[in-house]
Amino acid sequence: MDQTELFNKAAYRIAGDHGLLVEFGDGIDPAINAKVRAMAKSLEQDMPEGLTETIPTYRSLLLIYDPELTSPEKLKFSLKKIANHLDDIQIAPPRVVEIPVCYGGEFGPDIETVAKTNSLEIEEVIQLHTDREYLIYMVGFTPGFAFLGGLDERLYTPRLENPRVLVSEGSVGIANNQTGMYSIESPGGWQLIGRTPLKLFAPERKFPFLYKAGDKIKFTPVSKKEFHDIAKKEKD
Amino acid sequence: MAALKILFPGGYTTVQDKGRFGLQNMGIPVSGVLDKFAFAMANLLVGNPDTAAVLEITVIGPHFEALKDMDIALTGANMGITVNGTPTEQWKTVRVKKGDKVTIGQIQQGCRAYLAFNGGIDVPLVMDSLSTYVGAKIGGFEGRPLQKEDILKTHDAPLCSKERHIPLDAIPEYPPKKTIRIIPGPQDDYFDNGAEALFSSEYMVTAKANRMGYRLQGEAIPIKTGMPQSIISEPSMPGSIQIPPNGQPIILLVEQTVGGYAKIATIISSDLSQIAQATPGDTIIFEKTDLSMAHAIYKQEKEKIQLIKDCIKQKKV
Repeated sequence: MDQTELFNKAAYRIAGDHGLLVEFGDGIDPAINAKVRAMAKSLEQDMPEGLTETIPTYRSLLLIYDPELTSPEKLKFSLKKIANHLDDIQIAPPRVVEIPVCYGGEFGPDIETVAKTNSLEIEEVIQLHTDREYLIYMVGFTPGFAFLGGLDERLYTPRLENPRVLVSEGSVGIANNQTGMYSIESPGGWQLIGRTPLKLFAPERKFPFLYKAGDKIKFTPVSKKEFHDIAKKEKD
Repeated sequence: MAALKILFPGGYTTVQDKGRFGLQNMGIPVSGVLDKFAFAMANLLVGNPDTAAVLEITVIGPHFEALKDMDIALTGANMGITVNGTPTEQWKTVRVKKGDKVTIGQIQQGCRAYLAFNGGIDVPLVMDSLSTYVGAKIGGFEGRPLQKEDILKTHDAPLCSKERHIPLDAIPEYPPKKTIRIIPGPQDDYFDNGAEALFSSEYMVTAKANRMGYRLQGEAIPIKTGMPQSIISEPSMPGSIQIPPNGQPIILLVEQTVGGYAKIATIISSDLSQIAQATPGDTIIFEKTDLSMAHAIYKQEKEKIQLIKDCIKQKKV
């Protein structure tokens, strides 16, 4: 699809008097997501007057603007200009961020459920979960929570019927066709298969996050001892 | 320096400023005050810039002891304020002396009050904001609502040379039945007759109402036949009205970044102050407006605030 067509196919949705949602497609698709990020990057490099924030999502871009300085019509015009040379925009190849995970045991109380649901051994669950890279389509919901794509079908498991009141930060889980990490302690209904000792959200650090939308996540299995060693380093 | 000692924290009292911006793409909600008008007036009354942090007080007010001479001002919900047991007024500057005991009462009208101190509350800047985001335990005072015995600091600043007050006709009413204006979208096409479904009944604010969002109760709004029950998760704006599978609307507010259900409409930003003042049991009647009207109202609102500022400054109070 050429860029003009992409642009013509984009849907514009009004999100109140400060927001314009630009939709580049309908599905969860790495190609659509790449367009979203190219557009976001281009806008961020040269923010049109009155545009205050760009939030990339799976298949759309939410633009937040100051209505005293611009309007959806003006923003659409800026987007049109960019769309014409979207292919020339260099988006850096995705960074792969390695996330150590201690699977099973106290950190992954639901790993057996995931294994049983899919007639797998626990070892196979770990292997299937760690043998690929997952694209971060979007970050949101809680600070540093990554919406990942590409979970192996053989790991699909429904959510818990009774969500937990509190899930520890760093917990790694599966919910239907999604996998993800709890970046902060929160209530949650995902099947927990392990935990990372890394701090996924560290507001006291200069860079509070380990990754952003467009990066990839690679989980690597670690032992309980390695988990505690890394956790200790993270504290210091 | 130390400015107040909390004797009783009230219902839910947090330090808030205008918000934490530019980080929604990392999952950080804007947070900040829910009622921007009352917030602006509180800071104005004590001579603060609009970047200063205040206390956002919910339903039941705190009691505190002043640890230095200060100018304070209480705006927003009508809760009543006494200094050493003597009632004083809201929407005006109140001089308190070191050792004075200040008591904020309970809501008579509205839901949230704003208490500003000259100089502004002194808390560490976290990711460019002073606002408390309780969900991630960051910002404000130790990332949490205030507790008994907390000691808050304020920045040193001169006291006001004269008492200031907000003109009577600029003080909003917070009626229990509110008309709230909306713009259809972003996903009004998921519903039969679009956003019209919102106008067929009144909606009551339920007890599930906080800074993340308000759950409403009224005529259920079904998703159009053939449309999915949910959407691919995407960011929300404060004021987004999301419709989950049970058809009961949820107004998403400032501690929410992502939603997975279709949003039938968005409340105009100028009416969010009235939403901030709605309490469980209040009734909301939605009324349709359009984008150009909403922008005009937004500009009028800003002009109104500027006019009040100018008016107070001209009086050199």
